[in-house]
Parts: sequence; structure tokens; C-alpha cells
Amino acid sequence: MTEASPARVLNSDLPLSPADDAAHSIGPLALAAHRFLLWLRSPRPYLMLVGFTLFIGFWYLAVEVWKLPRFSEMPGPTVVVREWFSRNPTYGLSIFTPEYYMHIWVSTRRVAIAFFLATAIGVPLGLFLGWSERFKQYIFPVFELLRPIPPLAWVPLAIVMFKGSETPIIFLTFLASFYATALNTMLGVESIDVSYTRAASCLGATRWQVFLHVIVPGSMPFIFTGLQISVGVAWFSLVAGEMVSGQYGLGYVINTSYTMVRYPTIVIGMITLGIVGYATSAIVRLVGAYLMQWRTRELALGGDR
Amino acid sequence: MSVRPAATHINLAVSAQPTRKGSVRITDVVKVYGAAGAGVLAVDHCTFDVPPGEITVVVGPSGCGKTTLLNAIAGFHSISSGSIHLDDELLCGPQKLKARPGPDRIVVFQNGALFPWKTNIENVTFGPIMQGLLSRAEAYEKARDMMADAGLRGIEHNYPGEISSGVRRRVEIVRALMNGPKILLLDEPYRALDSLTKSVMHEALLEIFYKSRVTIFFITHDLEEAIFLGHRVVIMTTRPCRPKKILDIDIPHPRDYSVLTAKRFREFMDETAAAVHEEAIKAFAAGEKER
Repeated sequence: MTEASPARVLNSDLPLSPADDAAHSIGPLALAAHRFLLWLRSPRPYLMLVGFTLFIGFWYLAVEVWKLPRFSEMPGPTVVVREWFSRNPTYGLSIFTPEYYMHIWVSTRRVAIAFFLATAIGVPLGLFLGWSERFKQYIFPVFELLRPIPPLAWVPLAIVMFKGSETPIIFLTFLASFYATALNTMLGVESIDVSYTRAASCLGATRWQVFLHVIVPGSMPFIFTGLQISVGVAWFSLVAGEMVSGQYGLGYVINTSYTMVRYPTIVIGMITLGIVGYATSAIVRLVGAYLMQWRTRELALGGDR
Repeated sequence: MSVRPAATHINLAVSAQPTRKGSVRITDVVKVYGAAGAGVLAVDHCTFDVPPGEITVVVGPSGCGKTTLLNAIAGFHSISSGSIHLDDELLCGPQKLKARPGPDRIVVFQNGALFPWKTNIENVTFGPIMQGLLSRAEAYEKARDMMADAGLRGIEHNYPGEISSGVRRRVEIVRALMNGPKILLLDEPYRALDSLTKSVMHEALLEIFYKSRVTIFFITHDLEEAIFLGHRVVIMTTRPCRPKKILDIDIPHPRDYSVLTAKRFREFMDETAAAVHEEAIKAFAAGEKER
């Protein structure tokens, strides 16, 4: 038998002495920086810019230059941008008015509370649904019956059930998030290869240890997919809730601006929703990448499985 | 330099049991899937012994029911009748149709089952830590020694996804050996590997076996692999599965790849190839799906 160990032969790119251990563990920050540089060097950022240019260009031409029939009442990009960045906005809302940030804050706070509740309840529920067949038989039919009911249909009951204007909105925002999180978590548990739970029981793990060390980390990828969907739908149903009741928030801005014919402010509200929504879902993605370094590293460095 | 206490110096050789343990006796085992009467007969009155401290290889066409047998020993599935003993201790029998999985019989899975969310050393130390047998520090020290002994130095803090599939299999075997099992149950572990990697893996497995002398129960559909590795080769009929031929391979251990061209090896191949081929044709005719 030769001296060269198979590990060495098969993995010549891996450092094999223990001294290299520290150098070899790649931190999440270094990985993020590396990926950002790769991204800058790829054609993707420039294609993205072209995409945005085409979109805004069409908007500009359609509304402000060609004045297409159904577009004539629409605010054009120059009007919106001028209003958005004006120190003295015509309709009272721009990046220089404190109300703008108040609306963003109120909406973000509602989403944060609802998202937190949906995660705190949805993840454990999903884990147990996937883990215990009996529990699933009790709960899942009810869950599946309630799930297709759109949050908007809950508006009257939400107002009857909860006091004030804040809790009903949070409840509506919570609902859709909760379904997405619980369902994806359950699917995550069910997606775990039976070999992993079998291996754990071979190695002497108790049922509870299997839950903690196999079920929870094994469903993490699905949980975070669920959480990303969950933040998205939270914004969705938040706006629906805010249009119905409440005195602050981006949905409220859009709705009142419509009744008061402040069209540029509607667009400001919409763009702001897009940006804030994107930011929150990016945060969830980053947290996921941090918690699932095994996965990030696998995808980044390439396992050969 | 301080002298290490003998108890903490553990490597593959020392952790092996001085008296050979790990014999399995399979007696008249029957497994029917589905309702009795209407079910599919997977294992049909199967009787043979797995001698302790040796490698027993079970060969049969894909889907013949050999994995069913392994799952019964491991405790993942029940049997319908018969009994299985491990060192005279009843694993499953008429009163108790399903064995309890435990660290005395550890399975190395077909597609590998290292937890991808744990680093290699966290995987290797999983058994002793879960069972509360060793502290984290003790487990890590033992794991580092055993991994070094198996040529796996320097990948302790990598995730399984970062190493090649061949190396993953070795880590998985070390993870099993950490528990001092009586028997290793290998379920076609090298099936997904290319033939070059496979040959490296065979020698690596033998190397680990010579150091640990743990009983190995190995399932494959590759006859050459079976004769190369096994002290004993059990050729199974296609479903329902039953031993068709049991051979004791008298090629001396330790073996290496020069065995493949040896005259005795060819004789064993000639003697068995027809039997295996016959079963493969039957399996094909029965329309058995690859599984």
C-alpha cells in the first residue's frame, strides 16, 4: 500500500496540515466581499443597469414624450423624482419631510412585529407538523382550510376581534407570513433524507436529540425560503391592511394620495415600498447565509456531490 | 513533553476489541412487504452467518432484497418471521419483530449520511457526545487521533460539502468507528463513485479494517468488489432474496490490488459469475426497477 493517503490524492487543493485549519476556515464577511467583487467583474451589474434604464426610459417616453392615451394622467418619472427630492414638495411628502420617515417607520415596525410573531409561531408549528404524523393529522386540515382565505377577507373580523387600529393591521400582516413560514418549515422537515435520521439513531441519539441536531438544521434551507416569502407577503398584506384602517404607513399614504389626487406621491409611496421591501428580504437572506454557512460554503466552493 | 496517559491515546488499532466480537446469525428470516397474503415477498427463509472480525459481502441484483436484510439488522425495518442474533443477543425474533437501532451496529449509507450542517469533526464526535460517553474535549481529541490515523488530517473543520465524495465515505466510517461498534453495515457505499475512486476506496476500507478488525457486513451488486473485499461472499437470488451460494474466499489478507490479476481471484470470478449473471437475468426478466 502506498504512503500517499487517498485524502491527499483526491483533495490536492485542500490544506492538509492542522496548522492551516485557521487559514482555511473562510469567514462570512470575506466570502461576501469575494462574491461582491466577482459580481462587479461579471456582466450582471451592467445588464441590471440596462434593465432599469429601459424600464424608466419607457415610462418617460410613454408618459412625458409620447403622452400615450391611457398614460396621460400618470405622473412621469421627472415629476416624481422632482417631488421626491424637493425641499418644498407640492403635495407635502419628500425625503426632506419628517412625515416621510414617519410613514416608513410605522410600516416597517408593523412588518417587523408581524414577521417576528409569524416566525416565532410558524417555525415551531411547521417543525412539529413535519415531525409528528399524529400532530399533522390534527392540525393540518384546519391549517389548509384557513390558508386560502385572503388576508383582506379577514379585515372585518380583525377589526371586531382587536382593539384600536394598530393590532388589526398587525394581525392581517401576520396571517399571510405565518402560513408561508409554517408551510415551508413543514416541507423542510419532510424533505430531510431519511438516511440522516437513521444515521443519528444508529449513533445513539434520542428522539429529542434527533429533533435538535437533524430536524432543525436539516430544514433550515426550507425555513429560510419560507421566511423570504414571508417578508414579501407581509408587505403585501400590510398595504392591504393600511388601506383599510390606520393613520400612518406607506399603504395609508398611497390610499389617501389617491383620494386626494396626489399622483406623484402615490408613486413615491410605491417606489419606497419596493426599496424597503427589497431591503428587508435582503436582510433575511443575509441572516440565512450566516446561519447556513455549511450551505454557502458548499455552493461557493463547490462540493462534487 | 508530558507523557500521555495510556487511556487517552486512542487510535483505530487500540479501539478495536481484543476479543473478536460482532458475529451475526441470521436464521430463517422472512420479510413480506404489505398485507400478509397479498404482500410482496422480499426475503425468503434466509439463513446464514456473519463471522466475527471478518468481511462478509452480500451480492445480488439491484432490488433483490439485500438492503431489506441490512435494514432488519440495523433496526430500521421489522422482519415478518425468523430471528437475527448479534453475539447470541437477540436483535429481532418472533416476540420482537423490529430491532432497536443502536451504536453497536452502525450503517454507512449508500448515498452517504454525514450531516452536511456539521463540520467533519462535529460529525465524527456526534455519537459519543450524544450518548454522553465522552466530554466534548475528549471526543475531539479521540476524533483527531482517529481521523489522522485514517489519513484525514486537515479537513476536521471543513464541512462535508467541501470535500470529495470519496473522502466523505472515509469520514463516515471513522464516525462509525468512534463508537466502537461490533459490526459495520455498509449499504453499497461505493455505488455512486467512479471506478478509479472506487479502487482507492477499497484499499482504504481494507486498511481501516486491518487496523480495527471490526466485523463488516457489506452489500453490493458488484461481484469483483465482493471477491476482492470479502472473507465470505454470499450470493443472493433475485427477489425473493435467499442465499444461492456461499463462498469462503481463501485469498490471504492483507490484500491489495495485485489480487485482481491473481489466478485464485480469477477462479473465484469464474466460479461465481455464471450464478450472479443468471440471477441478474431473472431480475431483468421480472422487470425489477433499479433501486
